[in-house]
Amino acid sequence: MTAVDLRPTAPTSGPPPSGRLPRLLPGTGGPGLDDHLRRWGPLDAPVGQDELERSGLRGRGGAGFPTAVKMAAVRAAAGRDRRRPVVVANATEGEPASAKDATLLTRNPHLVLDGIAATARSLGADRAVLCIADGSAGPAASAERALAERRGSDTVAVEVVRTPDRYLAGEESALVNWLTTRRAVPTLTPPRPADRGVDGRPTLVENVETLANLALLARFGAAWWRGLGTDEEPGSMLVTVTGGVERPGVYEVGLGFELAWLLSAAEAGPTAGVLVGGYFGTWLAPDQLAAAALSRASLARLGASPGCGVVAVVPSSGCPVAETARVAWWLAGESAGQCGPCVNGLPAIAGALVELVDGDPAGTAAARVRRWSEMVRGRGACKLPDGAVGLVLSALDTFGDHLEEHRRHGRCAANQGPPVLPLPLPRVGRFPAAA
Amino acid sequence: MSATITSPTDWYIARGTGLVALVLFSTAVALGVVGVRRWRSSRWPRMVTAGLHRSIALLSVCFLVVHIVTAELDRWIGLGWLDVIVPFRSHYRPLWVGLGTVAFDLVLAVTATSLLRRHLGHRLWRAVHWAAWLLWPVALLHGFAAGSDTRSGWGLVVILACVWLVASAAIWRVGGTLVDRARSARGTAPPLAVRLPVPTVPPTVPARQLVGSTPRSSP
Amino acid sequence: MTFRLRIDPIGCDGHGLCAEVLPELIGLDDWGYPVVRRSDVPPHLERAARTAATMCPKLALSVRAPASPVELTPSRRAPRKPRGRDRVQP
Repeated sequence: MTAVDLRPTAPTSGPPPSGRLPRLLPGTGGPGLDDHLRRWGPLDAPVGQDELERSGLRGRGGAGFPTAVKMAAVRAAAGRDRRRPVVVANATEGEPASAKDATLLTRNPHLVLDGIAATARSLGADRAVLCIADGSAGPAASAERALAERRGSDTVAVEVVRTPDRYLAGEESALVNWLTTRRAVPTLTPPRPADRGVDGRPTLVENVETLANLALLARFGAAWWRGLGTDEEPGSMLVTVTGGVERPGVYEVGLGFELAWLLSAAEAGPTAGVLVGGYFGTWLAPDQLAAAALSRASLARLGASPGCGVVAVVPSSGCPVAETARVAWWLAGESAGQCGPCVNGLPAIAGALVELVDGDPAGTAAARVRRWSEMVRGRGACKLPDGAVGLVLSALDTFGDHLEEHRRHGRCAANQGPPVLPLPLPRVGRFPAAA
Repeated sequence: MSATITSPTDWYIARGTGLVALVLFSTAVALGVVGVRRWRSSRWPRMVTAGLHRSIALLSVCFLVVHIVTAELDRWIGLGWLDVIVPFRSHYRPLWVGLGTVAFDLVLAVTATSLLRRHLGHRLWRAVHWAAWLLWPVALLHGFAAGSDTRSGWGLVVILACVWLVASAAIWRVGGTLVDRARSARGTAPPLAVRLPVPTVPPTVPARQLVGSTPRSSP
Repeated sequence: MTFRLRIDPIGCDGHGLCAEVLPELIGLDDWGYPVVRRSDVPPHLERAARTAATMCPKLALSVRAPASPVELTPSRRAPRKPRGRDRVQP
């Protein structure tokens, strides 16, 4: 066995076949430690930087940043500042339509914890934190049970920290800010958490799905891990399918899987539009679905991105523009309130969008939405204004014909049923007023 | 060396510059206070308010320095150089003159932090600048009680004018801020269309796997 | 060496003095917050740019030389010397 062979030496029958699903979701067996070890074998190797680079793994939290680059940055910062880094596992899942992180933690917590352990060992970290939102009681309980089963066997004990139930609480700098100062609002970056994060130390913040992938990489290496997906975009991803489908749920697919197949597997009915990537994502019209696959390259051709893996189907009895207006209002209310353009611009845009849904009696709503969207883009400390603006403009561009109907007849006849895109129950209180 | 009889010039200059410094300082405080309300017009941009505040404040410091130096030189008051920064040590009206020393200490702090603002950062500067609220009444009291002109006649008029200047600025600011805050607290309610309760994705969704990845060629 | 304007969006409170001092480079949006039209400062406006940065009540505007190629932003405080547990083992 050569020095770089990272496969476990325990008496298992070797790695499972590489091109098979499920990987991140458990096939058979429960979430307990015994089942986990029986399935995957023990983990006794850290994640090698070379293996990580060969794998091409990208973050699964929504931004899709190459994990090898991030880890190298943390390693470099730790060496430069001579401080031990911190590993933060992000399971906050503030995206209301997404359930993949909750599912992963509930069904396969040990794979996530393995990923944390492997990363911590690889970086020489002395602190590891698993962040779960206050509202996620189930996943938190599962994580605590799994940690109790592992007590003592990990070099770095994982600390479970609860975060507020706010959309931005899971943003990288906001999460670090919460851990450092108990304020879950984004901070100005640079410096990025990889350079200066929790308590000023280099911090690796990764989504739990990414860490679960890292656990498999650590065991079986890059070649095995690339057995799924495509050459340019290897691996599998978790997709939350919701909305007008008979079989909603969290699906694990290889990257490059065709969207139309996924929708038929989920038994989607006739659709007015599909939102891909979450509430920072992009709308796809029904005629665009045939050409779409779940990969960055394919979706980029349609102006979209996989994001955090949400596929939300609005049935033909619904109105995607009305849904967008509601989400836009909610996003406006989720503003941290730190930056003027966001605090003022997002409610203004949402208000104009509601006017559009009502038929745009003044005739200026669409122009105002576009004007304010350009005004607000890129002028916040975080990506909330950009994401909201992207969603809104994508609705205007994709559903232009439908909006014509709204202009002619006011509220559209399609919007009969209850709304489809999930949002947390309305909070008591009001949206910030425009100044 | 025995105390010589000083000319009254120092004494007069001390009184005069003291009053001028107080008037200038009150003007600067008033400008700073109203600046917070962000008032502007096409012919009076905000940078004029801000610039005047800064210039007049620095000018008042100049007059203050002359006031202190001439007060020092005047032997009858009996101040040593240490009394410039350590209060309540003079022989002449120790309490009221001492207040002037206290005011000067605060002026030193506010001026130094303001001049070095870019290097100290906003939060430290702001914390010290709040001392101006303490500084002005102390300076006013010193002027009123330690001064020789200020209890009658035009001296009193000047003191009252300073009080009026700062008090009306403060009332304009505080009152306006309260009104603004009440107005924005009412907020904007989301329109009816979006107030419907919405379904959330159930926490334990069925997890499904799809074997559908494209066949792999060997790496 | 060209200097660049940068606005800290969290610190900025929309006072708008920068747009008064430097209207050639900074405009205001519909809510009074500054929009940097051109971030590169031409030499004849350098002095005005520095004045604008000094006048900002929140010190949210900065005029600085372009960032060095190294990704780390130099901070005012040097990295803390390692102490005790923090020290990286050789």
